Amino acid sequence: MKAFFLRVYAVVEFIGRFFREAFVPPYEYKEVLNQFFEVGIRSFAIITLTGFITGLVFTKQSRSSLAEFGATSWLPSLMAIAIIRGLAPLVTALIVAGKVGSNIGAELGSMKVTEQIEAMEVSSTNPFKFLVVSRILATTCILPVLATFMGFMGMLGAFLNVYRNEQTSLATFFQAAFARITFLDIYVLVFKSAVYGFTIGVTGCFNGFQADQGTVGVGRAANTSVVVSMFLVFVEEMIIVSLVNNYLK
Amino acid sequence: MDREKPVIVLRNVHKSFGNLEVLKGIDLDVFKGENVVVLGRSGSGKSVLIKIIAGLLKPDKGSVRVLGEEIDRLNPRELQALRSKIGFSFQSSALYDGMNVRANLEFPLVRNRRDLTRKDIDQAVAKVLEDVGLSQTIDQMPSQLSGGQKKRIGIARTLILQPEIMLYDEPTAGLDPVTSVDINELIREVQQLYSTSAVIITHDLTCARSTGDRLIMLSEGRFLRQGSFGEVFESADPKIRDFYNYNFITKT
Repeated sequence: MKAFFLRVYAVVEFIGRFFREAFVPPYEYKEVLNQFFEVGIRSFAIITLTGFITGLVFTKQSRSSLAEFGATSWLPSLMAIAIIRGLAPLVTALIVAGKVGSNIGAELGSMKVTEQIEAMEVSSTNPFKFLVVSRILATTCILPVLATFMGFMGMLGAFLNVYRNEQTSLATFFQAAFARITFLDIYVLVFKSAVYGFTIGVTGCFNGFQADQGTVGVGRAANTSVVVSMFLVFVEEMIIVSLVNNYLK
Repeated sequence: MDREKPVIVLRNVHKSFGNLEVLKGIDLDVFKGENVVVLGRSGSGKSVLIKIIAGLLKPDKGSVRVLGEEIDRLNPRELQALRSKIGFSFQSSALYDGMNVRANLEFPLVRNRRDLTRKDIDQAVAKVLEDVGLSQTIDQMPSQLSGGQKKRIGIARTLILQPEIMLYDEPTAGLDPVTSVDINELIREVQQLYSTSAVIITHDLTCARSTGDRLIMLSEGRFLRQGSFGEVFESADPKIRDFYNYNFITKT
């Protein structure tokens, strides 16, 4: 129990250090852009594919239930609500946690156990700012972009199914879809995704920076980064949805 | 060597990890142009000692003065400035896996000397690579280098900032005897070419004899004896005799 609280304290201290160092010059612009590329561009293909398939499959699965009530015309708006309010940020976060979170944990863990972080420190470079701040900023800023894009691809997948069955035009589909979507839904999508991105970045960097015991420690850092960030994303989803539904709607 | 000018001064340095007291009141002076070898068995506190000198660890008690600066009193920016004058060669070489040799060498330079042009940086990289005899590896990744080449590139990366002090952590660990001799010669060349002072941590007596102007035997957190190779190992202290005999037997 004591170890758990000590770890929580270490995480809080780590987050505090992030805020202290993120807004104080010198800024690591080049490394931040590099990480934007690593996190964003390299995740685009999988996000595109997953988003499209999610939209297509969910529409297909929902069709039969709605057809029983003759309500297939609700499919566009139903899919828009499901994808934009829930699926896009959540699925994007899970994919990024698996792909980027594990990568961050393993990369920093490996750098830690092979003394590369200390080497950076003695090269007059602040490793926290160079490695940690840049990665957390990248995951926090890029996740909303990826989630929005996944939402768009999901809607395209949904459109494909609707078009094949009802020959609805793209304009009519999106008009019907966004009839039930408000700006609040878009704001919440962006906010939630940013929170998930921050969580994934912090979890990956923290576990990487804490790695020890050689290659075993690196594997553990990568694994813990994925498991803990996925768990935290679900907990945050529950809290944010409750707050939004109770106080903003 | 200039006996009037100590570049590293440690006084009564203590360091513990939990209940384990690793350093128990270390006093050390390293003079300008001098190579000091700290010898000792694994776990005797050698690596902790140079990490304290580099400011990577803080002593629990005592003072550490490097190039006239009290390390404990420096703010992070001042410590960074001081570190640009200290080269640290790690036991594992600590090359950045994701960067090729050129990027590894450029890294400290572009971050510390923002006034340099692309041409200046290329020239500096070419010079240090030539000094360590590895010009042909410039575009290779660390994974493509041998253990000895990694050590040399690690040393080259520290030399690019033209440090006044070099700290070597087990420079010959894990290398075959021939490559170890090459590294020992390189350490001597660096001392002459770059006029550096150095602290060399090792348990390899060949390395100690070839690279050190002065040897210090560290055991259980205390200095047992210091002097030239002959002066240290003429001691009848059983710990020093054991260390010498162990090296002698394992080498033969």
